[in-house]
Amino acid sequence: MTAPLMLPLATDIGSPTVNIVIFALFVIATLAIVLRASRNNRTAADYYAGGRSFTGPQNGIALSGDYLSAASFLGIAGAIALNGYDGFLYSIGFLVAWLVALLLVAELLRNTGRFTMADVLSFRLRQRPVRMAAAISTLGVCFFYLLAQMAGAGGLVALLLGVSGRTGQSIVIAVVGALMITYVLVGGMKGTTWVQIIKAVLLVVGAGIMTIWVLAKYAFNLSGLLGAAVDNSPAAGEKLLHPGLQYGATGMSKLDFISLALALVLGTAGLPHVLTRFYTVPNSKEARRSVSWAIWIIGIFYLFTLVLGYGAAAIVGPDRIKAAPGKANSAAPLLAFELGGELLLGVISAVAFATILAVVAGLTITASTSFAHDIYGSIIKKGQISGDGEVRVARFTAVVIGLVAIIGGIFANGQNIAFLVALAFAVAASANLPTILYSLFWRRFNTRGALWSIYGGLGSAIILIAFSPVVSGKVDAKTGKSLSMITDTGIDFHWFPLDNPGIVSIPLAFLLGWLGTISSKEPVDVDRFAEMEVRSLTGAGAEKAVQH
Amino acid sequence: MSDTTRDPDLTTYRDVQLSPDFSELRRRFRNFVFPMTALFLVWYFVYVLLAAYAHDFMSHKVAGNITVALLFGLGQFVSTFAITLIYVRWADRRLDPDAEHLRHQIEGAEQ
Repeated sequence: MTAPLMLPLATDIGSPTVNIVIFALFVIATLAIVLRASRNNRTAADYYAGGRSFTGPQNGIALSGDYLSAASFLGIAGAIALNGYDGFLYSIGFLVAWLVALLLVAELLRNTGRFTMADVLSFRLRQRPVRMAAAISTLGVCFFYLLAQMAGAGGLVALLLGVSGRTGQSIVIAVVGALMITYVLVGGMKGTTWVQIIKAVLLVVGAGIMTIWVLAKYAFNLSGLLGAAVDNSPAAGEKLLHPGLQYGATGMSKLDFISLALALVLGTAGLPHVLTRFYTVPNSKEARRSVSWAIWIIGIFYLFTLVLGYGAAAIVGPDRIKAAPGKANSAAPLLAFELGGELLLGVISAVAFATILAVVAGLTITASTSFAHDIYGSIIKKGQISGDGEVRVARFTAVVIGLVAIIGGIFANGQNIAFLVALAFAVAASANLPTILYSLFWRRFNTRGALWSIYGGLGSAIILIAFSPVVSGKVDAKTGKSLSMITDTGIDFHWFPLDNPGIVSIPLAFLLGWLGTISSKEPVDVDRFAEMEVRSLTGAGAEKAVQH
Repeated sequence: MSDTTRDPDLTTYRDVQLSPDFSELRRRFRNFVFPMTALFLVWYFVYVLLAAYAHDFMSHKVAGNITVALLFGLGQFVSTFAITLIYVRWADRRLDPDAEHLRHQIEGAEQ
């Protein structure tokens, strides 16, 4: 999810035709299912929350579909192939983070809210300012995440379909965006959830087959596989098995690693498209089961990527990976080609592409729900609007967000997208998580605390990123090329030394939430707090599943 | 048993919040999830700090090409899976029945 998807030149392996045919089959199959699922899509609870009628296991699979983006499949496998153990560290942070969601957030959120994160945050505080802040940070996280996925789509498509021209890639980005808008408009949350489920199953099965294939080549001896990876990587050698190849160089890069680790572990439970998924199940017990399923699927998938990454180093070799269009991200596709030729490459490519499509659809529905329900329905119309009216606005917003994502994706195509995803996690961990935890567990928490924490976390994360080396001033010591978003090495306005702002912005947001609360004289709304606490733990008064 | 009939003393959420049954449920929930959260966060950051600052220790080979770092990393997977299993089992048995009982009392009172 965090590794950069570089802009590739053109594909020189496999057959674009095979890739396109397999991908087209996926699109046709999912569209058919979305159409079927959309028959009952009238009310707000249908459109926003899939009628709250998914089972825990179904939603758990969909959660892993939302979470396992193309960058986490191609990116982590590639990072392990080239940087060895340091690539593995990403996946551990991404996995452990789910325990925060399981233990502290999922069930209480399901019992208290209706459609969005803002429902919970504004429950017992002053409605409008808190809801507005929560909606802005929801839209912010979704936007950065969306941009990263769309920018990645251009690079990935170039690698997999052999589309090398800038114009051609822009057309492909537009097609991805249009497909995604169709899914969301027609299918709502129900259709989007089914797309996630299908995609997650394909992704995990595809990665699983490749994993067994790689292990079989080394007689199911992990040590033998690691040895072959080391032998085939003369530059890295034994270091491939040790931490520190990527992050161990200086004291500052070690600190950067800790900052990243903090953002990863606290970011997941603040990601809006993860949080809205908890409303698609009928009760808190199913929310618990869905996180449990997600943890198993995501954990097993990351174990697969460990084998695939070292397998790519051993079987394909780092030189060929670095020389390929797409660099690190081509490790898994190249490995698929070595193992199963054109056909397996086609399947894996189509799965990777489907992954981008599904994640983008999940983000779009979350962002449009937040705009329609929080900003339009609750703030502009002050709740004086029918569910249908809100859903119409949500559909319209989905189109607007889709268009923004297409345009943003075309402009961001070829950018280093790592900073966008890292920003999304850092913003989620700084702006959302402290307020969620405070409002669920701290009786005295009040409006000023929430506003300071959300805006302070959001603002500090974005400002620190803007003045960090990811935006300007990072130069590769060997080649003299810029590694920043602004590729002109003459422009350098960075003063924050770390790539990831988490180690500063997350504690700051917790501190501001506390400081804002104790400095405000706003009395605690004891009745609303009692209602929130009782509902969150017992499920009394929680939104029920829709009966059709 | 009068599980599903309303309790005359519980007319508002405030009454429920102050009732001994609810206090006990909240205490039990917090006594489980807070220490568990502290446990996995400490274990995760011990691991992250070792990976960042204890390269020699983490690079030590245990068997073949299996390093201490790899075992610690896989240990994070094992502990995550274990905590998930333990929590789900615990919550199904120790949380849901009492939460359900309270919910029936409250929703009975609302009707």
